[in-house]
Amino acid sequence: MSDIKNFLYLNRRAPYGTVYAWESLEVVLIGAAFEQDVSLAFVDDGVYQIMKGQDTSELGIKNFSPTYSALGDYDVQKIYVEKESLDARGLTVDDLLDLKYEDEDDDWAEKDSIKVVSADELAKIIDDSDVVLSF
Amino acid sequence: MPILHTVNKSPYERNSLDSAISHALKGSSVIMFEDGVYGAMKGTAHADKVSGAMKDVSFYVLGPDLKARGIDESKLIDGVKVVDYSGFVQLTVDNDKVSAWT
Amino acid sequence: MKYVIQVNEGPYNHEASTSALNFVRAALDAGHEVFRVFFYHDGVNNSTRYTTPPQDDLHIVNTWSDLASKNDLDLVVCVAAAQRRGIVDEGEQERNGKDGNNIAPGFRISGLGQLVEGCIQADRLVVFGD
Repeated sequence: MSDIKNFLYLNRRAPYGTVYAWESLEVVLIGAAFEQDVSLAFVDDGVYQIMKGQDTSELGIKNFSPTYSALGDYDVQKIYVEKESLDARGLTVDDLLDLKYEDEDDDWAEKDSIKVVSADELAKIIDDSDVVLSF
Repeated sequence: MPILHTVNKSPYERNSLDSAISHALKGSSVIMFEDGVYGAMKGTAHADKVSGAMKDVSFYVLGPDLKARGIDESKLIDGVKVVDYSGFVQLTVDNDKVSAWT
Repeated sequence: MKYVIQVNEGPYNHEASTSALNFVRAALDAGHEVFRVFFYHDGVNNSTRYTTPPQDDLHIVNTWSDLASKNDLDLVVCVAAAQRRGIVDEGEQERNGKDGNNIAPGFRISGLGQLVEGCIQADRLVVFGD
């Protein structure tokens, strides 16, 4: 019996106004060493975390958005973004970072990590997980 | 696999209760605690959303948090069940996992 | 049932820490095991021994320390979050050249891996946050 669990990281906060977005990403990175089955979900204001074009230079704080682009190297291939949350905020997938992973089962072909899903689909994804981490 | 969704914020402060309900599958449960207990009160702008979801989802509210805030059980939406902390623990046992909507 | 508890907020500012305390007590009273309590984000502030709440108020830090000591609980404070917020034990004091330390009894500073490991080992993760 496999003891690999399906971890779902549920992100609902905007970046920078609070620390939750960055510190939840730190858990994902450290957690990669445990080789579990990892998915990330961006819902509500969480969708703002992966908007492209973030520039914090005038605030003098760290821009951590490039870290999302490295997630593929940490074996994170499933990044679910809720459509209703995007729509409510006037965003489309074109406003988001272009997140990719290399599929080792397909000759390392580069594929999109982001899957836009409905709230109903996300409810099933949450249901299918073993552990839901919220920040 | 039924989930226990926890909601600890007032529906007038955050959309946490709305989000929990919109991601709760049939057979799952929602427990309102801390400031989330305000979502259990009847005659409010959010009460219909809770009542409407009750055909699929069970709703609970944490008694000690109600008492702390001076909310009498007579003010609760019909069908919301009051539990204490041992009831909260039991809900985490009866459901397969817990999803926190803060 | 085996629990891992995550506490994301500090004492007093949010109810999260007292909710977690009450939940842990109820879980232990019901005969369940609390495998680990992991303090993250501002939750690390639950582990400083320098709080002085008013006498007629709950002493949250001491309550965690007492609960840990009576029930052999593993209270883990995330090192990265602790470093950001100035929670220091003797090891961190030496490693980072600080002139003192402030960790309360019963708490230990360790890595985020302890949270992930807790989620793998435990049956249930319960998160208390803002």
